[in-house]
Formats: sequence, structure tokens, C-alpha cells
Amino acid sequence: MSSQRIDNFGKINRDKELRFKWENKNYFGYDGDSLASAMLANNIKIVGRSFKYHRPRGIMSCGVEESGGLVTIGVGDKKDPNVRVTSQELFEGLVASGQNAFPNVNFDLGSVNNYLSRFFAAGFYYKTFMGIPPFEWGRGTSIWMFFEKFIRNAAGMGKNSRLPDPDVYEHANDFCDILIVGSGPAGIAAAKEAVDKKLDVILVEQDNLIGGDQLSDNDFDTDTAFKELQNLGVRVMKRTTAFGLYDNCVLGLIERVTDYNTSIDKELPRQRFWIVRAKHIIVGSGAFERHIAFNNNDVPGSMTVNASKHYLNRYGVLTGKEIVIATNNDSVYLTAEILANAGAKVTVLDKREKIDLKFNRNNFEVRNGVVPYKINGSREIKSLDIADSVNSKYKKIDTIQCDQVLMSGGWSPAVHLLSHRGVRPEWDSENLCFLPGEAKENITMVGSARGIWGKEDCIKSGTAGALDALNRLGISKTNYFFPKEGGWKNAIEPLYEVKFNKSRSKSFVDFQHDVTCDDVRLAHREGFISVEHLKRYTTLGMANDQGKMGNIIGLSLMADLLEKEIPEVGTTTFRPPFTPVAIGALAGRSVGKHFMPLRTTPMHQWNLDHGATMIEAGLYQRPWYFPKTNETISEAYIREATTVRKSVGICDVTSLGKIAIQGPDSTEFINRIYTNPFAKLPINKTRYGIMLRDDGLVLDDGTCWRLSDTEYFMTTSTAQAGRVMSWLEELLQVRWTDLKVNVTSVSEQWAVAAISGPKTREVLNQCLEDPSVISNENLPFMGFTSSELIGGIPCRIARISFSGELGYEIYILADYANKMMDILWNAAKKFNGCLYGLEALGALRVEKGHVTGAELDGRTTIDDVGLGKMASNKKSYIGSAMRKRGVLSSEDREKLVGFFPANKKDTFDAGTIICEKNNIKGYGIGRVTSVTHSPELGHWIGLGFIKGGMERWQNTTVVGSDLVRNKEMEIRVVSPHMVDPDGKRMYA
Amino acid sequence: MIRIKCPYCGERDHSEFSYGGDASIEYPSLEAPQEDWVKAIFFRENIRGVQKETWHHLNGCRMWLEVERSTITHEIKSVKPCHPDYTKIVENKQ
Ligand SMILES: [Zn+2]
Repeated sequence: MSSQRIDNFGKINRDKELRFKWENKNYFGYDGDSLASAMLANNIKIVGRSFKYHRPRGIMSCGVEESGGLVTIGVGDKKDPNVRVTSQELFEGLVASGQNAFPNVNFDLGSVNNYLSRFFAAGFYYKTFMGIPPFEWGRGTSIWMFFEKFIRNAAGMGKNSRLPDPDVYEHANDFCDILIVGSGPAGIAAAKEAVDKKLDVILVEQDNLIGGDQLSDNDFDTDTAFKELQNLGVRVMKRTTAFGLYDNCVLGLIERVTDYNTSIDKELPRQRFWIVRAKHIIVGSGAFERHIAFNNNDVPGSMTVNASKHYLNRYGVLTGKEIVIATNNDSVYLTAEILANAGAKVTVLDKREKIDLKFNRNNFEVRNGVVPYKINGSREIKSLDIADSVNSKYKKIDTIQCDQVLMSGGWSPAVHLLSHRGVRPEWDSENLCFLPGEAKENITMVGSARGIWGKEDCIKSGTAGALDALNRLGISKTNYFFPKEGGWKNAIEPLYEVKFNKSRSKSFVDFQHDVTCDDVRLAHREGFISVEHLKRYTTLGMANDQGKMGNIIGLSLMADLLEKEIPEVGTTTFRPPFTPVAIGALAGRSVGKHFMPLRTTPMHQWNLDHGATMIEAGLYQRPWYFPKTNETISEAYIREATTVRKSVGICDVTSLGKIAIQGPDSTEFINRIYTNPFAKLPINKTRYGIMLRDDGLVLDDGTCWRLSDTEYFMTTSTAQAGRVMSWLEELLQVRWTDLKVNVTSVSEQWAVAAISGPKTREVLNQCLEDPSVISNENLPFMGFTSSELIGGIPCRIARISFSGELGYEIYILADYANKMMDILWNAAKKFNGCLYGLEALGALRVEKGHVTGAELDGRTTIDDVGLGKMASNKKSYIGSAMRKRGVLSSEDREKLVGFFPANKKDTFDAGTIICEKNNIKGYGIGRVTSVTHSPELGHWIGLGFIKGGMERWQNTTVVGSDLVRNKEMEIRVVSPHMVDPDGKRMYA
Repeated sequence: MIRIKCPYCGERDHSEFSYGGDASIEYPSLEAPQEDWVKAIFFRENIRGVQKETWHHLNGCRMWLEVERSTITHEIKSVKPCHPDYTKIVENKQ
């Protein structure tokens, strides 16, 4: 191939040169070039190496179906692999490099695979499971894992940078009446018609210019067309790909905002991921020209016919000097004439014996009844062997000197978006292509995506499509009709494969994945005859072009082998995305610290200012521990827990869920959702309660306070706050619609500090306007009161203890959180108190045997966690009928126990599996769920579960097996209430 | 993407909602025997066609909705509040 820029053709701006780098060499192109056209203008022949055999590949198309020109753009963290040179606009300073080749695409050591091709035939990957083909040497997992490394290394074309993506992406949303995909003649006609009826119309075009196939017409003016649409009020989105069509006419779009010009506004994102909700979708996505499978049909210089016309009329690049066009249809003749006029020597090989067409025969030669047989040359085309066909046996008759072979095996409408909706395409045996099926949803196919070839007919179909949309939306009732599919004067004749009559050949069906006709036959021989099996076994159509060019050739070969018609073999389902989408675009701004929403408590800054190290607890940031200088986490939490037991500590527990429950039936409601009785809870008393799910397992625990006859205040665990709220709403709105109760989440309205330890009351005495409210008489355990902090700040005080010490929780309006912390902390300091975090809180509650999410993990019953006493026998409540069903009341249930290391110096970790001595295997008989160092006991302790619980195991020694850390230790089973089992301290 | 017409908020993406469950279940009374509860909780039809289901407008008005949806096409045939009194609220709003 010898391609070059020529004068008097193309619409590029020759006054503006753009420099670019390819494989470390400098080149230039012009403003308006694609990377592909600029490479062709510089006569760059080899742009990539094929997937398995590392064969040299050139540019084979001019659009998204490209399977030869896949390169890596950019360097360092900006590296973007597998970019199609045909869809990449050229920009100043673009750096491109080849891929799947070592050391480079011009000289690739991997091309030795070409000679080892029998090892790499269809299914080679799967066959490695059975040993290394072809001898099945070394069966078994280990040899496969050994082999896998090399496969993985060889697989995949471009390589990612593995550095964090430096680009910013964003998500955007939009709505419209009609969204039109594709700005070809049909799409533009549809847009004009729809906007004329005063509808809100978005027209999406993946190219940087509108016009679709008209861009390859020499007389089409894209700017005028664009301005006209804009003036009419059509919202035109260029450089935007409709990659997926979803339920309810929702489209996923990717807009390439700065991909084509890295020097524009740095504030703009690289790409924008749009979700557009339309009332009707019109798809004018065009059609793909198919190639023809024959021996060596992949040598650089082979290309689709229309691509060559595109390069000439849009970019002013003549792609060859001596061009052979191989065809089975009428679509190539205009191109042949234009290429000849531009100075190329053109020979058309038409498979059809006789055709009736008017063209200038002096300009180029036409040979009828002839097909391409074999390309000679490996790095570039030297000549083409041609054959004639007698009874479908091909026989070489001649060799033509040439530097380019253009192929047209027919056209395939781009039915992808409709296929996303599950609409199966239908085979048209007259036009030899799949036509879009009938969509029940509001989707209309127009133009060549509908199988209409002629430009005038495409325009008519666009107008008809808009009228179809208007009718279906009930906006107007106009008669319309779609032009008939097809439109060629002479019928197309089947030409999928020109079978080589010698044994070894490379006739490619799928260029990008190196799937040959022989691979399809091999799949058939080995029994993979269903389309879906064929696809997976050969990987036909599984490369990032998704078989846009080759799929139908594969189907026709399988149909032949099965002696069936193509529609009986079927077609594979196309799934989103239509073209590859950057993961970064899907993630949008939800990266880094915006990956999840971040919740902080109102005293977050106060905690930080007082030295807190934070930890994530669900979405919340909570104080983990408050280290003093040079203190480790263990030193800190042991000091904090010790201080709480000896003196006093303050902890931010704002993240608890808080729900206001109001209404005349509140008591009845509360009584139905907790296992323990609430009907007789007096006003100003709170009660610890357990909620079950319908199936009898524990949902959550918390406290519930009775504020008045008709009003309660509920707290939930941090983790289940959202779920409990939804659950209460469901019960009230769906199941118990007769109850007059309202629930409101007030989690954000209240800030909460827990203050605990023997000195707590003395500290609080200094913090309250009226200290008498918290005396043991006025506020006994589980009582609460409304009071005021000094300065008259209203608060609620509940005498609740999670730590097992004398303890209170102070609830205050969120705006006063910092003030509260100042007041409490100033007083606590005088008693050598401390601030404590989640780690010390954990230590204190494990010592007491209090359960949290680690134990209430959705698999445990109220009896399992030793709280069976809290399940009332006198009332019915959610889960009461189910909590003892079948396995849930088995003697063998794993039940809550405490664990001590048998050797007090040992430590253990959560997740350790508990086994019987001398029987360490399988799932064991229990597990450790929470561990801590116990400052009170002076050694490690744990909570967890064991089959049969305390009755069976108390004071016996079992074995803890920690498979993660690969250690074993002897463990003694003890009561879960390891410190102050009678709770004397809480009641003090 | 499924779009649900919330009677209070209007048509919204399904990502604003959370799926509840089978809306055709008649939950037994809390006093009902275990067998009735087992049936209500574990036994479900696997419907090919239109089914009644509940959706919670979690990131919206927080109304629980009864939705008739085709499991084949995702087409939504009807949406109404689960709570009969809420129907009145919604009608008053319009
Ligand atoms: Zn709503």
C-alpha cells in the first residue's frame, strides 16, 4: 500500500498543521484529520499487531468497527490503551504508540506465534485446562496455573498505566421528547421533522462532525448542516456515543469533552456520562460494510471500500495507487469512479457474472464472476491472486499487481441499540443482512440502520420515523410510510468466504481476535455449533469491536457446516456498550473521598481538635481512639477503658439512629415490634429492646423512651438505623394501616455523648443547672429526664450504660454539640477523666458481654445471643411465631459465650474458628466474633459462638484455629459476662 | 432503567427507590400459627408476567408504593400508595 495526501480532495484545514508522534517518530497532519487519516497521509502501513498471531495489521475501516488500528494514546498516567485510530481526532502533540508487540509493531518477536498457530486455534485457552495442547502434556490445576501466567501476559491488547487516573469525569442528566441517534441523512431528516412539530429534540452524533456517511460525499457541507439544525432548535451533541439503550427509553451517552484537544479548558472533565430520559428514540445508527474472508485478507492495505472513499473525500488521502475492489454488491461503483478520478488504477472484481449499471468503463476495469483468492505479501500487499467460481469451488485464474485490496461483502445495519432492548433482528434473504425487528417500545429505526441503502430513501425514512414517533406519542396522526429496504439496482449475491483449496490458510473472520474460517470449522467439529458456544469457543465477536464486521461471516460459515440457513443458526445478542466506555466515566465523581457519602457528627471537628484518630463506621467517621504523644492504638484504648472503669470517660455516640414515634397508637405499635413488653413502660422510663425480623432472627437492638402517653423516642444501632426506619415505615404504611402512628427520623437533629465511669455523677453535677435531677433517687437506672446544661441549654439525659459502669447519655440539639462537649470535658478533666473512642467502647462492651453487629449479624436468634429472657411469652410480636421454628430451636445452635486464652499470655483474633481438641477440621464448632484486651482482667478476652453454648462447654478448653494468621491456641469457654456480671456498678 | 411514577413526587429513576417485596402477600396476624407465617414469608410465586410488588421511595417522599410491573418487559402498569389514606393526600395535592 502506498497512501498519500492529494490536492483538491478533502475538507481538512490545510492551513493548520498538527504535530503528532507515532512510535517515537514525529509526523504531522492537519486540523480536521483523524489519527487514522494522518497516519495514512504519512503512509504508515503497520499500526498494530494481531491478538494471537501478532500479524502486522493496518487501518481497515474509517469508523468504530475498526479492528486493525488499535493503539495506545498518551504516556504515563494519561495512557489510554486500545484507542481506535479511526475515531481519534488528531490534536497538537498527540502521542501514540503501538501495542501487543515487542519491541515494536514493525518488528515483533511475538510474530513467531504465526508459525505456532496450530497451538493457538479456537478454544486454545480452554484446552490448557486439559494440559498443554496438542499433546495434553501436564494435566491438572497446577500446570494450568503455570500456563495461565503466560496466557494472561500475552492476552489483552494494550496495557493500562496502572497509575491512578488523573482525569476528571462527570455525570449529567437530561430529558427530551425525542432523542435521535446518528446524524446521517435519516437522522437529520427526523430531527427537522420533529423539531418542526415543536418537540424538544436531542441529536446525538459520535463523530466530531455531523453528517454520518455524507461526510464521504465531496459536496456535503457539515457546518451548514450543523448551523441549520441549531437554528431550528435541535440540541445537537457531537462527539457523543449512545452506548446503551435501556428500559423506558433511557439512553446512556458518553460525551468526549476534551479527548480531542487536551489543551482546552483544564476545568472541563475528560468525558461526561449522560443519562438521558426520552419519550421516544429514533435510531439512525447506519450500517457497517462487511469484509470478505479469503486467504491473507488481513495484510496491511486491506480495507473496506467505503472507508477509502471516506479518506479521500473527507481527509484528502488516497489510500492506494493500484487498488483492487472486491465486491458482491452495487455499493462500490461510485467509490471506484472517485478513486479512479483521483488518480488510482482501479480494478473491480465483482462476484456476480452480470450486472446492469451505468458507469464510465474507460476509468476503471471491471472483472465479473471473479473473487479475491489470496493476498501476496506479509507486511504490505504486493499482489492479489484472483479466482473464479465453478460450483462454489474456487480456482485461481490470475494474479493482479496492486498495493491495496478493498472489500465489500455487503452491509449490516447497526441494530445494536435495538438489540440492547432484547429485540431480535430478522434475516433479509434478499439484501443478505439482519434487519431490526419490530420494537414494542417507543423506538423507531431509520435509514441504513433499517436496511435502506439509497440516500433519498434514507431521508424519507427519517421523516417517516419522526411521524411514527409523533403518532406513537399521541401528538399527531399523520399517514406515513417507510421506503422499502434495500435499494440496489442489481441483487447482492452471497460472498462470505472464498475457501482456499490448500490445507493451510489464514482467512480471517474476526480480525481483532484472530478468528479464522478454520477456527469456525474446528468449533463445529468439536461440537460447539450453537451461536453462543461458537462465540465463546472461538472468541468470535468478543473483541472490543464486538464483531461489527465479522459476525455474519461466522454465522454464514456455521450455517454452511450445519446445512442450514443463516436465520436458523441465529445471531448473537449485542449488549451495551456499543463501543468501549472508560470505567472512569461510569464512576464519574464518585472516586477518592467521594466514593461514598461521608457522614460526620456535629462534634466531628471538636473530636479532631481534641486529638481523635478517626475510623469509618459505615458512612460515619467516628473517634477511634485519642492517643497521647507517642501512644500506640493498644496503649491508648487500654488507657481509655481503664480510665472509664476507674474514673470517667466521654464518648461521641451521635451516630446512633434516632426515631421519633408519635400518635395515639404508638404504644400498641412499639409493643408489636419489640420482643419484650412495652405496654406498661412508665413515662420518663426507657427500656432496652430487641427487634426481630419476620423470620424470627434478630434485626436490631436499642432503647426506647416513653415521652408521653402517645410519644416515644427510639434509638437504633448505627449500622441498622436506615433499615429500621424503612422497616417501621413499611409496617405502618403497608401492613398495619389501621394504626395511627407517625415515625420521623431525628438522627441528624440530636447529638449524643455517653459519659460513663464511677465519677460520672460528680462530673455531671458540675454540668447541670439543677444537679438534683440525676441523683440515684430522681434518676434510677433506665430512667431519663429533660433538663438543662449550665447556661440553660436544654437536653435529655438518659441513665443508660453500654460500658457497664454508672453511665448517662446526654442528648442535645445538634447545634449545641460542641458546647456540650466543652462543658462535659471541662468537668471530666478535673476527675482525671478521658475522651474515649470506638476501640475502648468495644473493649468495655466485650468485657460486659454486650452484643453488637458482630454478634447480631442477621444469622442469630435472640436465644443464640443469650437474651431469650427478653422474649415475652405473654404477647405476640414480629417474629414471635417464627423465632423457634425448626432449626432455630435446635440443641446444636451456636450460642453466645465468652472466650479466654487458656494461656493468659496468648492473643487471638476475631474470625478464629473454634474446634474441639484433636478434631480441628471443617467449619469447627464455633467462632470468635469480637476480641479485645481486657484492662480489667489483664489478658485478652473474646465473645463468640459455640454449638450448644455455655451449658455444654463452660470451663472446658477448646482449640482456636486462625487460618488467616496460621496459628492455633487453646481457648477456655467462659460466661460472656466477664466483668461485673451482676451489674452492681450500673445501678450504683 | 425502570422509571416509577411516584404519585407524590412524579416520575423518577428506580435508583431513588428501594425494592420491597411481593405486594400480594396477606400477612397473617401476629397471633397466627407458625405454618401461616412460613407460607407468608418463604413461599413466593415466580411470576412471568405482571406482578404486584412494593417499592419504597427511599430517597424521595418515603412513601411505600404498590407497583404492578411486568417481569418480562419491566413495563409498569400502575402505581399507588400502599396506605389507603395516602391516596387521599395524593389526590388533594393534584
Ligand atoms: Zn415519592
